[in-house]
Amino acid sequence: MLKTFKVGGIHPPENKLSAGAVVETLPLPEMVIIPVSQHIGAPAQIMVQKGDAVKVGTIIAKQTGFVSANIHSSVSGIVQKIEETFDTSGYRRKAIVINVDGDQWEDSIDQTTTLKTDIELSTSEIIQRISELGIVGLGGATFPTHVKLSIPSGKTAEILIINAVECEPYLTADHRLMLESPDEIMVGTTILMNALGVKKAVIGIEKNKPDAIAKLTETAKKYQGISVVPLKVKYPQGAEKQLIKAIFDREIPSGKLPIEVGAVVQNVGTAFAVYEAIQKNKPLIERIVTVTGKSVSKPSNFKVRIGTPVQKLIDHIGGLPKDTAKVVNGGPMMGKALRDLNVPVTKGTSGILILNKKLASRKEYVTCIRCGRCVTVCPMGLEPFLLMTHGELQMWGDAEKNHVMDCIECGSCSFTCPAHRPLLDYIRHGKSNVGKIMRNRK
Amino acid sequence: MNRKLIISPSPHVKGTDSVPSIMYGVVFSLLPALGIAIYFFGISALIVTLTAIGACVIFEFLIQKYLIKGKVTIFNGSAIITGLLLAFNVPSSIPIWMIIVGSLVAIGIGKMSFGGLGANPFNPALVGRVFMLISFPVNMTSFPANRFAQIDGFSGATPLSIAKGALKSGEPMSDIFDKVGNSLNHFVGNMEGSLGEISALFILLGGLYMLYRGIITWHIPVSIFLTVFIFAGSMHLINPEQYMPAMFHILTGGLFLGAIYMATDMVTSPMSTKAMLIYGVGIGALTMIIRTWGAYPEGISFAILIMNAFVPLMNRYIKPKRFGEEVKNG
Ligand code: SF4
Ligand code: SF4
Repeated sequence: MLKTFKVGGIHPPENKLSAGAVVETLPLPEMVIIPVSQHIGAPAQIMVQKGDAVKVGTIIAKQTGFVSANIHSSVSGIVQKIEETFDTSGYRRKAIVINVDGDQWEDSIDQTTTLKTDIELSTSEIIQRISELGIVGLGGATFPTHVKLSIPSGKTAEILIINAVECEPYLTADHRLMLESPDEIMVGTTILMNALGVKKAVIGIEKNKPDAIAKLTETAKKYQGISVVPLKVKYPQGAEKQLIKAIFDREIPSGKLPIEVGAVVQNVGTAFAVYEAIQKNKPLIERIVTVTGKSVSKPSNFKVRIGTPVQKLIDHIGGLPKDTAKVVNGGPMMGKALRDLNVPVTKGTSGILILNKKLASRKEYVTCIRCGRCVTVCPMGLEPFLLMTHGELQMWGDAEKNHVMDCIECGSCSFTCPAHRPLLDYIRHGKSNVGKIMRNRK
Repeated sequence: MNRKLIISPSPHVKGTDSVPSIMYGVVFSLLPALGIAIYFFGISALIVTLTAIGACVIFEFLIQKYLIKGKVTIFNGSAIITGLLLAFNVPSSIPIWMIIVGSLVAIGIGKMSFGGLGANPFNPALVGRVFMLISFPVNMTSFPANRFAQIDGFSGATPLSIAKGALKSGEPMSDIFDKVGNSLNHFVGNMEGSLGEISALFILLGGLYMLYRGIITWHIPVSIFLTVFIFAGSMHLINPEQYMPAMFHILTGGLFLGAIYMATDMVTSPMSTKAMLIYGVGIGALTMIIRTWGAYPEGISFAILIMNAFVPLMNRYIKPKRFGEEVKNG
C-alpha cells in the first residue's frame, strides 16, 4: 500500500499537459518588474535609485527583519523607475523596474553548469548564504528558507521532507526539474540536511510521476541518507501538514509549525535553488514556470527571470487562445486569478494557467442538500457547510469554535460540493474576521 | 490588452457532480428493482410507480409555483426519487387515489412544509408511507400474490407477518419455514411484499452502483445489516423455536430497501461517518425491536423516522475527527 494522508482529500483531473515539455529558457525581456515583497514577511528595503546600473545578481533590496528576504536583480541594465504596481496576488506593491541591457552577471556567480558535489560551508555559513541570496520556498508559499532552517531553541529536527508532490493539477515545473536536474536536487537536499543537522531526508513524489520516481530513486543511491517515497495520488498531499502525515505519520497540532513534530519540509525547487546558491553562489533570480491550459496549443515549461511580465510568457506560446476567460497564477486549486497580464513572474510563480469560458465560469449555487461530501473531503476534518453558514450569518464566535482557522484553503470542499456552494469564499471571509477578533483579543 | 479576464477566488476548477446528476444517479440505480417489480407483480407495479412519480413532481411544482411562489426546482430529480421510493414502499395493488394522497403528504408535509430539499428532517417518502399505513391499514397490508407464488395458501401476507403470526400461535419452526419460503427466493425477490422491496439482489445492485458513484458510503447500510444480523442472530441462538434466524430478517421485509435507500437519504442522514455508524446501529436495533415486540411485523420505516429525528442532534454533537486533534506523536 502506498503512503498517503488519512483524512479527506480529492482527485481532481490531473491534466498535466506539459509533463513532456523540456524546460526552455525564455528569451530575456526588454524590461523586468521586480516587486520588493515576493515572500511571506516584511517587504525588502530598496537599495537602488532610478538610473543605477545593475548586473544579474546585484542586490537591489535588502531584507528587513528576520522574516524577510533579499531581492536581487535578475537582469543587467538600468533602473528605470520605482513604482507601485499590482503583483500576481492582486495587491499593490512597490516594485523596481529595470530596463534590460545585455546580460552581464556579477563576477561572484559561477555560471557554469558542471555539477559540484563537495560542500565546503559550515551549517551557519549555509544558512547565512541562503539568507543573503534571497532563497524562499518555491512551492508557492514563499516562506524565507533561512527562517525554516533556523530551528527554535528547545526543538530538534529529526527529518527533512522534500516536497516533490506537485499535487496541483496542470503544474509540471517540479516534475521537469526532477527529470532534468536530479543530481543538483540531491546535492541541494544534502546541503539542507547539513544545515538542519539531520541524518535523514525523504523525497515524497506522487505515483503519477513514475519517471521522476525512477530517476530520483536511482540518483539517490549515490547520496547518503536520502530516500524517495512514492505516494498515492491525492490532493492536497503537497500541503505541509498532509505531507508530513503521509510520510512521517505525525500530525501537527492546530496552529503549530512542522518543527513541533520534528519535521522540516522544503520544496524540491527550493532544494535546487539552495544548490545553486551554495555551490554556484547564485541568488534566486530565475525559476521554472509552467504555462498551460486546455486551449494552449503547446503547453510548456520555461526557465524565466524573476520580474518578467506574464505577457511575455503568453506571447511566447503564441498569445492568449481565443476562448480565454481566466488566467491563473499557480494551479487551479489554490492559484490566484490575474487581473491583467502585465504583472511580473515572482519567486512564487509556479505556473500560469489559462482557462476557457467553460472551465472559468462558476455555476449558480443552490441550497445545501446535506450530502456531507464537503465534510468527507476536508483534509483538516472540518465541516465546511457549517462554516459557510457561519460566514453567511456572520457568526464569528461559532466559526472560531468550529476551528475555521484550521482551514488550509485547499478548496477541496468547494471543488466537491454538488450544490456548487462557494464554501471556501465564505470560509476565507470567516478566517479573516475571526483572525481580526483573535488579534484584538491579544 | 483590453480583454476582460474573470477574477474569482480559488478553486478554479469544479468536480463534475451536481445535485441533478446525483439525483438522477439514484433514479437510475432504482431501475433494476423497478424491473423486477414489474416482472413479479405485472403492469400494476409500473402504473403505481409512474403515478407516484407524476404526482410528486406535480405537487412539488404546484406548491413551489403557487403556494410558496418561489423557484421551481422539479427538474433536479429529487421529487422523482420521492415518488419512486414511495411507490416502492406500497403494495402494487394499492388503489391509485391512495398513492396520490400519499404523494401529496410526502411532498407537501414531508418536504415542502419544512422548506424543501435540504431542509426536511424526515425522509419524505417514509412520511408518505407511514401516513398511508395509518390511514389505509387494510390496503397497505394486503399484498397481491406475485405471479410465481406457488406455495399453498401463500398470498396476502409477507413472510414477516406470516412468521410473526405463526410464532405467536406457537407453530413449530419447521412448519413456519415451509410457509415463508427459502432464503434464495427471498434474495431474488420471489415473495410477497411492497412492490419495490422484494428483491434484495436488485436493490443490492443499485446500492453497489450508488457506492461506485460515491452517492452513498458503506457506513449506514453496513451498520444496519450488522446490527440486525447480530440482534436477530443472538435471539435465534438463544431460542431457535421462538425467533427467526438472522438471514430471514435480513432478506425479508423492507430491510434492503430501507438500509440502502431510505436510510441513506442525504438530507435526513448524519454528516460524519461516526454519526452515520451510530445512526445505522440505531435503525437496525429499533427495526428488530419493532419486528420482535411491536404491533407491526415490519419496523424499518418507523426505525428510520425515529432516527431521522436524532440527526440534527447528532450533527451538532458528533463532529468529524479533526486533523491534529488528538496528537499521539511518537
Ligand atoms: S478549503 Fe478549508 S474547509 Fe475546505 S476542504 Fe480545504 S481545509 Fe477543509
Ligand atoms: S458538499 Fe455542498 S451540498 Fe453537500 S453538505 Fe457540503 S455544502 Fe451541503
